[in-house]
Amino acid sequence: MNIIVLAIVSVAVIALVCSVMLVIASNVMAVKEDPLFPAVRECLPGANCGACGYAGCDGYAKALAAGTDKRTTLCVPGGADCAQALAGVLGLEAGAVEKRVAIVFCGGDCTRTEARMDYQGAHSCAAAKLLFGGAGACAFGCLGNGDCVAVCPENAITIDKGVAVVNRDLCIGCGLCERSCPNHVIGVRPMSQKVFDRCSNPNRGKAVMDVCKAGCIGCTKCSKVCPEGAITMDHSLAQVNPTKCTACGTCVASCPTHCMSFAEPGMAPAPAKAERAEEKSAAAQ
Amino acid sequence: MDVKHLLFIILGAVFVNNYVLQRFLGICPFLGVSKKLDQASGMSIAVVFVMLLATAVTWPIQHFLLDPNGMGYLQTIVFILVIAALVQLVEIVLKRYIPALYKSLGIYLPLITTNCAVLGVTVLNITEKYSFGESMANSFGSGLGFFLAMVLFAGIRARTENCEAPESFKGLPITLTAAAILAASFSGFAGVVETLFGA
Repeated sequence: MNIIVLAIVSVAVIALVCSVMLVIASNVMAVKEDPLFPAVRECLPGANCGACGYAGCDGYAKALAAGTDKRTTLCVPGGADCAQALAGVLGLEAGAVEKRVAIVFCGGDCTRTEARMDYQGAHSCAAAKLLFGGAGACAFGCLGNGDCVAVCPENAITIDKGVAVVNRDLCIGCGLCERSCPNHVIGVRPMSQKVFDRCSNPNRGKAVMDVCKAGCIGCTKCSKVCPEGAITMDHSLAQVNPTKCTACGTCVASCPTHCMSFAEPGMAPAPAKAERAEEKSAAAQ
Repeated sequence: MDVKHLLFIILGAVFVNNYVLQRFLGICPFLGVSKKLDQASGMSIAVVFVMLLATAVTWPIQHFLLDPNGMGYLQTIVFILVIAALVQLVEIVLKRYIPALYKSLGIYLPLITTNCAVLGVTVLNITEKYSFGESMANSFGSGLGFFLAMVLFAGIRARTENCEAPESFKGLPITLTAAAILAASFSGFAGVVETLFGA
């Protein structure tokens, strides 16, 4: 009897000591959370993509709640709605948010370029890149093994004929694909930019033509024909200034390798009269 | 109790009596958290930390409270109670004073509360009749052994996930087979440490 009582009492005393210790500790050392934090966190989409520059949505919400960051427009996936909601919660003025989407700077699909080897390794661009710079003839183009497809949280990327294609409606512009691409073929650009030089090969002329029929040969023709002066040459690749570009399509029509192209096929302006006449005669033949 | 003796205990706990691969304790986190290397190492560091703390608390309880009063049979329940309370306390303290460490260990600490490797090391310290210093060395070695097993197995799993296993072997079967081979290879260490120290 005595033994049972002793056992019960000693275990109870140990448990009591432990619980008192825990109660005191949790009261004394409680971490006070900012009351704004849950409200701010509620506004964010919770994708934890890191496009805002913070480590996940929690990090951004913490900075906003603490007042160390007053920019409510950093959330790319949330867009304008999110910025508005955040501004409402924090009592700040919302700025304009421009939607950004990923663009694939490579047009070298399997009909335009050829493989140097029959790659049978791991199905990953990073792995393929390690093997003599990838299986494709062009060492700068899309490797087509879908590392970007794997990281995309919105399933906005598909591989079509060996080149990644971004669905601009689904893309949230988080930039995960940009960071996953070993050849840096994908970039996140403003939605308003409509014309792109779809090539990442920095070589010139014959060196590009030898490996890909769709590559930019750096002929500078587009920069000369552009009526707005929106195109500049960065070494041998054309860069379009989205604020000057009116998407008139002059450069697209003039490009000898058709690497200057619209982001979406539907963006092309109505063809000029002369072209229409040509099309008619072609149709008649 | 010289340094050589402590080193003998530590190396013995890491290689010969590895808690996961030879004593088969703590198999749940060994299979559950070993999918990624960073998670595996985070969990293991937390285990080393808790094993040392738990031993530092349970050894005096056994020798100054339970044994003198003839209550050795209460060992298991008291140890579980004390370890659980201790881990909770550590969590609170870490959250308050070292938030960065709390963030990296935080999610693993509650998991360790009921880890049988932690209870196992504290109980075995008593049954092996180790002194306090020897117990701490054994706990540290056991934690390191857990770390070693987790890191090795995380590497192995990274390979088995990518390999083309036969359909019936995919998933858990190949993982368990790999764990068995790893455990078998660790039994090759038996006797090595004893010979090394001439014990």
